[in-house]
Amino acid sequence: MLYREAGQFKTSYAKDWAIFPIAQDRIVVLGFLAIAFIAIPVLSSEYFLATILMPFLVMSMAAIGLNLLTGYAGQLSLGTGGFMATGAFAAYKLSTMFPGMPIEAVFLLSGVVAAFVGILFGIPSLRIKGFYLAVATLAAQFFLLWLFNKVGWFTNYSTSGVISAPPRTILFTDIYVTGPEASVTAKYLFALTLVAILALAAKNLVRSSIGRRWMAIRDMDIAAEIIGIKPLQTKLSAFAISSFYCGVAGAMWAFLYTGSVEPLAFDINRSFQVLFMIIIGGLGSILGSFLGAGFIIALPILLTNAPHLLGLNIPVDVISHVEYMIFGALIIFFLIVEPHGLARLWQILKEKLRLWPFPH
Amino acid sequence: MSFLNAFFVDPFVQIADYPLFFIEVVIGGLLSGVMYSLVALGFVLIFKASGVFNFAQGAMVLFAALSFAGFIEMGVHPIFAFILAGIVMAGVAIAIERVVLRSLVNQPAIILFMATIGITYFLDGFGQTLWGSDVKVLDLGIPQTPIDVGGIFINQFDLFAAAVAGGLVLVLAIFFQKTRIGRALRAVADDHQAALSVGIPLKTIWAIVWTVAGLVGLVAGAMWGAKLGVQFSLALVALKALPVLILGGFTSIPGAIVGGLIIGVGEKVAEVFWGGAFGGAIEDWFAYMLALVFLLFRPQGLFGEKIIERV
Repeated sequence: MLYREAGQFKTSYAKDWAIFPIAQDRIVVLGFLAIAFIAIPVLSSEYFLATILMPFLVMSMAAIGLNLLTGYAGQLSLGTGGFMATGAFAAYKLSTMFPGMPIEAVFLLSGVVAAFVGILFGIPSLRIKGFYLAVATLAAQFFLLWLFNKVGWFTNYSTSGVISAPPRTILFTDIYVTGPEASVTAKYLFALTLVAILALAAKNLVRSSIGRRWMAIRDMDIAAEIIGIKPLQTKLSAFAISSFYCGVAGAMWAFLYTGSVEPLAFDINRSFQVLFMIIIGGLGSILGSFLGAGFIIALPILLTNAPHLLGLNIPVDVISHVEYMIFGALIIFFLIVEPHGLARLWQILKEKLRLWPFPH
Repeated sequence: MSFLNAFFVDPFVQIADYPLFFIEVVIGGLLSGVMYSLVALGFVLIFKASGVFNFAQGAMVLFAALSFAGFIEMGVHPIFAFILAGIVMAGVAIAIERVVLRSLVNQPAIILFMATIGITYFLDGFGQTLWGSDVKVLDLGIPQTPIDVGGIFINQFDLFAAAVAGGLVLVLAIFFQKTRIGRALRAVADDHQAALSVGIPLKTIWAIVWTVAGLVGLVAGAMWGAKLGVQFSLALVALKALPVLILGGFTSIPGAIVGGLIIGVGEKVAEVFWGGAFGGAIEDWFAYMLALVFLLFRPQGLFGEKIIERV
């Protein structure tokens, strides 16, 4: 009743090609954007913005990146953390080497740097497939982190190895978005804008010819090759664009979320975290990347605070172990209940809404 | 220039000058490679029989070592503690089969892989909740002192570990080739459906395979635990076993052994002779790069089954 495409006629090609062809979808998306851009900065506390929404935005970006590679192009990668670190360090080097460069350009260029590194480590994917490739991408993860740790040039020869993001303003204004003077709200809005634009780009990308090529390679690469899809360009472009998103996410992590650039933030656990997000959220779904990121970010916070809310008094070290257990168990539970991820639940809900209030 | 010198000249000069030291490093590498093989074996067993890429092997190693050390701390005789820990691992294996694998039959491989990462988190947390998170000393009564063999120093403990690994592979080989269950396991590994159709109970077989992998994990855990102390970092040993695995091939037990030896030697030689050129600590990624280079020439690993693709 509420959600129904009957009666919505497409009278032009532009309407037929629209990214959200159904009016209700458009309303929901615009509603969410309005809430995210207007209601949340006004209503929510700084703490909520800085500790929950910022990591959510950053990790959604990384999840979109990995989802393009794993969910759409079918190349399993465990190097996400390495590519994020590349973006973070590229952003740091770019902004310190060229102090006049606009921060927007720094973010996008650091994504481009990560994309080139991604291409480099994507080359083995032409020979290696499946889990062999997944383990091979671990080489990227370990090698890149080692490189940033060892080579002083990347940290401008800082002795502690932890460096803070330089303060920068948005182009044509004097509003700080990075550095200690930036307000949390400004950082949030900047991150949100980046995520919104790049998510829209990703949504368009996956329905363009390049996205369809990725899916063909994912579904059966030999068959795709036979119908004329070049595996070299397709796989490497998937690695490049995925690493671009991960690189921008890494730059966001360092500049907007924590304010400091450190290799430890991008270790192997970060890669697994992003992989969890896209599996729980839904492989091959942009919406799923957001849902998964939200779930994986919110779950540990809930688990940490649950004993207090329930009035239980458990020692801290036991809590952290039990947290691990519950986290693992919930992952397994979700995989068993809905292997297609949270995005699938949303589809089921849409089906139900289409029929509501009549059951058949 | 100095980098090129440190990379292309110095190491070879060193090797030529001190051949005995080089041999010592190689033997040290071989023996530590055996330790990697021990962990990689568990992966191979499960991948062969059920096609699951079991990331939880590292957590199983940790859990087994924690239980083993925990039982010893409770005052149980080491031999009984080993048996008890073995029973615990069998319990874990059966629980995994019941709860996780049975519910995820016919799902894509990546979902099963994710599930094993979930198991990793669960086992890491469970083990430390149960047995505490402080470092446990596991003393098997084997001296760690090096012995002198014709001018070359070899760590006694590493020799013992190599003997254990050899024995384990022998036992596994006999188990797989000669026993009824072993034959059933090989049949399942070859073809699930064909095995089912001739009446081999798939679920029982999976439980057995996971139990065997758990026992292999227990042996690996006991060895690593005696070497490094039983602590959380044992779970990270799995990350060392992964390059061994792709080098040797996911489906080959000899591959796991040979892969482990290659990685062990390569890593030690590179660290000792080429580490200086890169500024040290290259052990973290060297194994992966080595495996990657091998994979570019043999995408299925050294001993893996040839990948045949049909459209």
